[in-house]
Amino acid sequence: MAYVPGNPVTAVVERIEIQKLREGEHLILGFSIGGGIDQDPLQNPFSEDKTDKGVYVTRITPGGPADKAGLRKGDKIMQVNGWDVTMMTHDQARKRLTKKKEDVVRLLVTRKSLEEAVKKSMGHSYKQ
Amino acid sequence: MDTESTHSGYSYHSSRSGRSNRHGDRSRERHKASSSKDSSRSERSVVINPPDTPSQDSPTDMRDDNWGETTTAVTGTSELSVSQEEVVGLGKGIQDRTQGFRRYLPLAVGSCVGLLVLATPLVFLLLPAVMWPDRLQACGAACEGLFLSISFKLLILLVAIWALFLRPGRASLPRVCVYRAFLTTLTLLLTMSYWLFYGVRILDAQDEDYHGIVQFSVSLVDSQLFVHYLAVVLLELRQLQLCYSVCVIRSTDGETRHYNIGQLSIQRAALSILEYYYRDFPLHNPALLSASKHRAAKHLAGLKVYNVDGAQSGNGNQSRAMVTAASKRKDSAHNELYYEEADYERRVRKRRARLVVAVEEAFTHVRRMKKEDERASPSDIMDVREAALAIFPSMARALQKYLRTTRRQHCHSMESIQKHLAFCLVNNMSPKAFLEAYLAPGPTLQYGPERWMADQWTLVSEASVTSGIKEGTEFLLKCLDFSLAVTVKSIPYIRLTEEYIDPKSHKFILLLQSETSV
Repeated sequence: MAYVPGNPVTAVVERIEIQKLREGEHLILGFSIGGGIDQDPLQNPFSEDKTDKGVYVTRITPGGPADKAGLRKGDKIMQVNGWDVTMMTHDQARKRLTKKKEDVVRLLVTRKSLEEAVKKSMGHSYKQ
Repeated sequence: MDTESTHSGYSYHSSRSGRSNRHGDRSRERHKASSSKDSSRSERSVVINPPDTPSQDSPTDMRDDNWGETTTAVTGTSELSVSQEEVVGLGKGIQDRTQGFRRYLPLAVGSCVGLLVLATPLVFLLLPAVMWPDRLQACGAACEGLFLSISFKLLILLVAIWALFLRPGRASLPRVCVYRAFLTTLTLLLTMSYWLFYGVRILDAQDEDYHGIVQFSVSLVDSQLFVHYLAVVLLELRQLQLCYSVCVIRSTDGETRHYNIGQLSIQRAALSILEYYYRDFPLHNPALLSASKHRAAKHLAGLKVYNVDGAQSGNGNQSRAMVTAASKRKDSAHNELYYEEADYERRVRKRRARLVVAVEEAFTHVRRMKKEDERASPSDIMDVREAALAIFPSMARALQKYLRTTRRQHCHSMESIQKHLAFCLVNNMSPKAFLEAYLAPGPTLQYGPERWMADQWTLVSEASVTSGIKEGTEFLLKCLDFSLAVTVKSIPYIRLTEEYIDPKSHKFILLLQSETSV
């Protein structure tokens, strides 16, 4: 997940679709984000590489739409509805997620355990 | 209170040396009756006994039965005999007379040379007027102007010589200061060469040009003023720039101080260091060192068992027993020290608390007289000495006990305490201010010369004492009871570079880590 300048970023991602929940006049997703290119990457507890300025999921409301969809705490959000979020300011990312006209949000998230799972399965296939 | 406190200081010294001569526990057990503890100051007898073999079955009976019993008794100071202090004092009387001569020698030399220097130009001017007045050319305006210049320059030279050279010496150093000798020689050389020139070219030739002679005299006075400037630079200014850091350690209790001094010869550096010693080092107290000497004596006594008489069989077991006992004692020595020191600390603090309370209470009894007290009965109005004497008894006991516990009772006599109390009352000091003088040992100079235990100093140095101090120089300043070890280190060469920072370049960014819920 570390970003090397000049090289394309490759990551194993999971597709997560969240249905927004209507609460009064707000549409909520049920999680909190942290990070962004205008934030301090050193204070991010979830990133492996402390220079990673990506957007991470910091909290998940238990029982909320994100929780039901399978989002986990510590996930790094790579794309929101097709828009790349890895190089975005915190506010821009928030805006992308909270568009009033969209009911559904399709995220591409990555986490460490995904990569390990792929490696394990590849390893299995090797052995076979 | 101890009124004979100076006496006790030196008698303590002699008894201490006596005690360390005792060998082993056996002699101590046998002579417990005659040994005495710390506090008594009167006559003591120290017995030196060689270790005695108690075995009865010695083959030869050549030994005198009384041989083991003969003792060498060394009596300590008593009221009747001459104490060590008085003997030292006798020697000092003779020394002082010779010291008086040595003290004023530089002054005498300085005044002689000064007189010579001042008189020479005047003589140069007067001799032609006396010896060949008729042939002498009249002195014009320019020439008389030079008279004015000579008189002021001579006045300045007189004041300068008096200020720099004609001061009573503050110390007598072992060797002549090299720079002073050099400057005296230079001055005399200058004066002699001018005299020579004058004698040959002017007196012999009987020169008539008075203006030239006056100019010659003025040039002499100018040269002498420049030599004086050189003297100021060499003797006073050169040592002001600090370039060495010296570390001074007292040998008895390890008191260490660091000073910065400039380029000096070893003897003059020693002189500055001694002046700092009197100002900074706390008074040397031999009473505080007896505990460690006790321990050292115990160690030595326990470990070495000599068998002088040759009979080994009976004593083999005994010596082994002694060695194991000694090693056991050595193991518990640190334990003893720890508990002793903790106990001592507690005792001192308790006594100190009592003392502080007693003094505060005593100070509440006396107060400065105010306007409304003028109507009080005249028996109540006292001057400062009477007031001090009135409140002194209530704190005397607590103070005496405290000083006894911290072993400083010989530093303060009753009169000195009363005098200090009067001083504090006159200057409206608080009880705490009065007590500070007794809670900590002050600098050596604050006590009278009879308590310094540091009068005659000897400089022990491997390098010549007139050579300058360098990095790594070490020397020793010895006095009767202790010595000061001095090591010299140079102050590092400091490389200072500058860096310009534009005041507008101070900019900051905010490091955020915000969390928003979506």
